[in-house]
Amino acid sequence: MTGWFSSLVLRELRLAVRVGGGALIGVLFFLAVVTVVPFGIGPDLNLLSRIGPAILWIGALLSTLLGLDRLFQADRDDGALDLILMAGRPLELVVLAKCLAHWLATGLPLVLAAPVLAVFLNLDPVAIGAVTLTLLVGTPALTLIGAIGAALTVPLRRGGLLLAVLVVPLAIPVLIFGVSAADAAISEPMPFLTPFLILCALTLISAVVGPAASAAALRFAAD
Amino acid sequence: MALIDLANPTRFLSLAHRLLPWLTALCAATFAVGLYMSFFVAPEDYQQGDTVRIMYIHVPSAWLAMMCYSIMAIASLGTLVWRHPLADVAAKAAAPLGAAFTFMSLITGSLWGKPMWGTYWVWDARLTSVLVLFIMYLGLMALWRTMEDPIKAGKAAAVLTLVGALNLPIIKFSVDWWNTLHQPASVMRLDGPTIHPDILWPLLVMALAFTLLFLVLHLMAMRNEILRRRVRALRQRAAAIRPATATAAPQSAAAE
Repeated sequence: MTGWFSSLVLRELRLAVRVGGGALIGVLFFLAVVTVVPFGIGPDLNLLSRIGPAILWIGALLSTLLGLDRLFQADRDDGALDLILMAGRPLELVVLAKCLAHWLATGLPLVLAAPVLAVFLNLDPVAIGAVTLTLLVGTPALTLIGAIGAALTVPLRRGGLLLAVLVVPLAIPVLIFGVSAADAAISEPMPFLTPFLILCALTLISAVVGPAASAAALRFAAD
Repeated sequence: MALIDLANPTRFLSLAHRLLPWLTALCAATFAVGLYMSFFVAPEDYQQGDTVRIMYIHVPSAWLAMMCYSIMAIASLGTLVWRHPLADVAAKAAAPLGAAFTFMSLITGSLWGKPMWGTYWVWDARLTSVLVLFIMYLGLMALWRTMEDPIKAGKAAAVLTLVGALNLPIIKFSVDWWNTLHQPASVMRLDGPTIHPDILWPLLVMALAFTLLFLVLHLMAMRNEILRRRVRALRQRAAAIRPATATAAPQSAAAE
């Protein structure tokens, strides 16, 4: 039963790695965003370390948005999406598999790059750990929510920009709790666990809602 | 007349045709009473002076902004679950109205905020979540406009509306952690309103007037949308017939 699931994940992963630049372009963009911020607000290291978690989260959100239109668009262009739709597998699980592979290929590199970029922003070790942990928990939610936007804009020729506009309002709670958990780890009196657990809950909720809504959108787009 | 009878667009159009003059007249009358009450009957606030009268526009707009999204969410259920043929027409017609009411509550709020809080905008919980609501309305309208086929666009927008409806309470609650400058709820409370009746009554009349205005505009917009779809269907039929190829079957009409 799980055979097709894992082979679908493997297929997506192979495509992401072999079709040039799919995975690493997101990390490059992440680096570009983090590099641009000090030019915008000035190289004040105290200020940077204070807003560092927020910068990293916004960078991760933007990089995720950038890569999302590849999630279904490439399969639609070469006709694979129609085959996947007609294969008779539960479409929600198919979307979940694609999201998993997409996150492994684009989201996980962002999480791994975050500690390195955090050094640029003068974060101390505790903050680096907290930001990385929140990103590890939160970026799957961004991918799963983004899948809804990607599925909705699949019939459109140039849906990338619209996708970003549709997904950003839905991603705001994840951003709020991700940043507030990371901030709570730095500033003493605030508890880290409360916002962190809510972030976990948001990821779990989007793991249910994201595939269900994306599958519905894909079905409607097909018939 | 049951809701299912209105599934016939022609029957809906004739009902709208009969209702609209009455509703329009009622709406105008309620606005006349409401505006008179808010300008001449309601007292000045002892702290805020005359600027408190902004409330009679601001609060009903904010209520309507929320109500409009709720209506769209219910209509989306109608599109996806019960496949009611007019549900996506209702949702599509409501989106620009909701965006307009949201925009109006943002504008009046910032005009009110300048003398009261000393600033046009703060990143406060309530304000921010209303701004997010505004972006969601605009995104929905964009999604509707970019898709050629109104049926497909309606289904896609219904999915997004429902996901967004799930998001709204999350946004509302999540920002409870932020410090908020906006005052807490004072009318819709379990222990009764905390506003003095002299101010509450004009507010309620204005809320009724705004609701009637929404109904009038919504019926008009739905009527226009149905007619627009008929024109589109006629054009498609004409385009299918004109090449005079024997195999060109007229495409099925969208709203019929």
